[in-house]
Amino acid sequence: MNATTRLDRRLESFLRMNAAVAGSITIGIVAYLLLESLPALHAVGPLRFLTDPSWNPVHGAYNVVPMVVGTLVVTVGAVLLAAPLAVASAVFGRFYVRGALSKLQRRVLETLAGVPSVVYGLWGLMVLVPALARIGPPGQSVLAGVLVLALMILPTIALVSDTALGAVPEIHLRGAAAAGLSRWAIVRSIALPTARSGILTGILLGTGRALGETMAVVMVTGNVAQIPDGVFAPVRTLTANIALEMAYATDAHRSALFVSGLVLALLTIGLVAVVDRIAQSTGQDGGRTGVV
Amino acid sequence: MSDELIRPHLAPWLPLGEKATCCEPNALLRARGLSLRYGSTVAFEDVTLDVNAGCITALVGPSGCGKTSFLNCINRLTDLIPGASVDGELQLGDIDLLDPRLDVMALRRRVGMVFQKPNPFPLSIRRNLSLPLKEHGMRSRSRRADATERALRDVGLWDEVKDRLESPALALSGGQQQRLCIARALVLEPEVLLMDEPCSALDPLASDVVEDLIVGLRGRVTVLIVTHNLAQARRIADWAALFWKQDDAGRLIEHGAVQQIFEAPTEDLTAAYVCGRSG
Amino acid sequence: MWFRLRPSSWFDPAWRWRVLSAPHDAVAHLAMWSASLAVTGVFVWILIDVLSHGASHLSLELLTAAPADAGRQGGIAPILVSTVLILAVCMAVAMPLGLCSAVLLSEFSRSTSGYGRFVRRSLDVLAGLPSIVFGLFGYAFFCHALGLGFSILSGGLTLACMVLPVLIRSVEAALQAVPDDIQTASAALGLSKTTTIRSLLLPAAAPGIAVGLILGIGRALAETAALLFTSGYVVRMPGSLFDSGRALSVHIYDLAMNVPGGDGMAYASALVLLGLLLGMNALATTLVQRWQKSKGLVFG
Repeated sequence: MNATTRLDRRLESFLRMNAAVAGSITIGIVAYLLLESLPALHAVGPLRFLTDPSWNPVHGAYNVVPMVVGTLVVTVGAVLLAAPLAVASAVFGRFYVRGALSKLQRRVLETLAGVPSVVYGLWGLMVLVPALARIGPPGQSVLAGVLVLALMILPTIALVSDTALGAVPEIHLRGAAAAGLSRWAIVRSIALPTARSGILTGILLGTGRALGETMAVVMVTGNVAQIPDGVFAPVRTLTANIALEMAYATDAHRSALFVSGLVLALLTIGLVAVVDRIAQSTGQDGGRTGVV
Repeated sequence: MSDELIRPHLAPWLPLGEKATCCEPNALLRARGLSLRYGSTVAFEDVTLDVNAGCITALVGPSGCGKTSFLNCINRLTDLIPGASVDGELQLGDIDLLDPRLDVMALRRRVGMVFQKPNPFPLSIRRNLSLPLKEHGMRSRSRRADATERALRDVGLWDEVKDRLESPALALSGGQQQRLCIARALVLEPEVLLMDEPCSALDPLASDVVEDLIVGLRGRVTVLIVTHNLAQARRIADWAALFWKQDDAGRLIEHGAVQQIFEAPTEDLTAAYVCGRSG
Repeated sequence: MWFRLRPSSWFDPAWRWRVLSAPHDAVAHLAMWSASLAVTGVFVWILIDVLSHGASHLSLELLTAAPADAGRQGGIAPILVSTVLILAVCMAVAMPLGLCSAVLLSEFSRSTSGYGRFVRRSLDVLAGLPSIVFGLFGYAFFCHALGLGFSILSGGLTLACMVLPVLIRSVEAALQAVPDDIQTASAALGLSKTTTIRSLLLPAAAPGIAVGLILGIGRALAETAALLFTSGYVVRMPGSLFDSGRALSVHIYDLAMNVPGGDGMAYASALVLLGLLLGMNALATTLVQRWQKSKGLVFG
């Protein structure tokens, strides 16, 4: 083998080693989550996570259902609120304004997508919660969580939907306009259906982000580990649970927190799989680049 | 089986001196029954052709008949295309070009290529030429500088760029860029120069300059040029070969001295093509 | 008006659209504008709120002094230092790893090869995992298994895992954007892959790679949950990478949640954080613009 090929081969194996490290991080994470979850799964047993009287690890109660319900309620609520508004913003930016204004909107959305969750949480805690407290005390509640989360995931959904709408072939739109359809009719009957899978991808990505959000919900939802009985009731999500108790948890308690972390990880992996399946069936990248 | 790669004999670093002239045909490159397939599509089939040393051979014919693919076989650029498979025989001198053990890097020093669209590297003019030299083992900076100057003089660019060798190559005009690409191929002192429609992306004035350049290489380098322009083939080539698409594959219809092809073709197809265009 | 149409034309879809489109169109128009204005309005509200509450605390002292009175007064200097150190560790690890992986994925594997697909798939998953999960992993692996404890090193390494997928995607995109004919010319000249990558591809893709780096830093700056129990809570000026340190985002969280009356400083810190992020964004945008202007005129 001559010097050139030898050099190329060595470069390739060096690069492969690096890529192997990068690729095994995911496996490492799942492995460690499992490892740390095992003590709780043994000592406490998976059934007790659903049937214990409450979440009170100090006294040996490990029911995670209130937190799961909290996560679901807050996530679903945020997605239901954010998705239509985000898609509307995307449609607005693509079809109702032109040129510079449209680019400005996209630029603003990209900036907003990068704003840290603590800043949203700070505003929520200082402004939103007191405002809600006037209507229905104590203020820190499901509603606060839903509103803040919706704000956070809106840019993500809007950006991906915007990309999807932009990929609708211009010919179709022009043809529809030539046939005399009004702007809304074109959007409704041509643009939205064509961009459907991209928009769905955006919504799923937003869902994933809402599911995994920690800081903002810790700051505005009140963190009471009980099933909420109304939108003004405080609630605690799985993520908040981990963030708040990890600092002082020991043994079985700590291991139980890892169990909830594992559940979260598996849920998001499931979401990613669904997004990938959609991308495969439409033969595109799903527009995920750079918007995570 | 020995693991040793068959190394084409590397010509020593000498200035491009006189090599075989064009009077007697002396086959340097020999193809026998050569076929190229991309997966299930056939690019060309059963091509048997001799390319004579020191002469300019033109490959003519309409698009899609396998002329570019034929060039790609000679410098093994087909290795880069997934699913490409080559059958038949192809020899450069006494070296089998289709042998998988062939040292392809060394081959590409002996066989240079110029592409249709000028593609200089996004580096300085000087670096465009010194990078290949350094890669192929010329360590001495002064020798590289000499080789660079020689190559640039050969293509007629030296006077135009000698004061701005460090400026970006992409700032040159189209014609200058193509001449730079030719210089980059020539700086390695190849025996064979493959040219894939080198003038088609250039304006007529630049095209003339490049044509003169090619004619000036006669006797020093064996040139194999693909061209759509029959008049150009007639002007500059010594030998010509007509490719045509038949039965969904490119085939070699006729080849011979340029005079014979254009004035007394033996195949009807050749006659029709040549007359139709030069009418 | 529609009831005056003859039955045959009512069933003609084109006619139906024409007639009903007028009121629908107006409603939709109104809905679009109000949705966008409402959304924009809320974001402006947030911005003004942060600006107004934080601006009063902005001063040189903020950036140079240490926190006093549990953070209600003084400045955030040690926190800024810790943040910079955490980011430095993160990038020092993520950049080489990410660059090599991206080069491998883009230049060496065919994207359908098993190895390439495995790496890609696991990076996709990595990109979607919640930050708290990274925090748990960092705690279990870096702090305990590797024995680094609560430290800037642990925090930086955890962030590196988070930032890696974003980095690799940007670098890959930058490499793919380099025109193919450079590769063909390089191959035809018999240049080795190593030379092609080192002397041609990487310099040509450099601006895009720089943009990816900046975006990665921005992502890491905004991160909080992954640092909560990896890099520590201590407010002291760190002496080494093994010391624990508090990042800016964690400081905002602490002031808002655990320190009564700390909201003023929280807003000020938030302002600093937002300022840094906006600065990064602006830098990235100008780089992209300059790259596009000088495309192809790179000196070598």
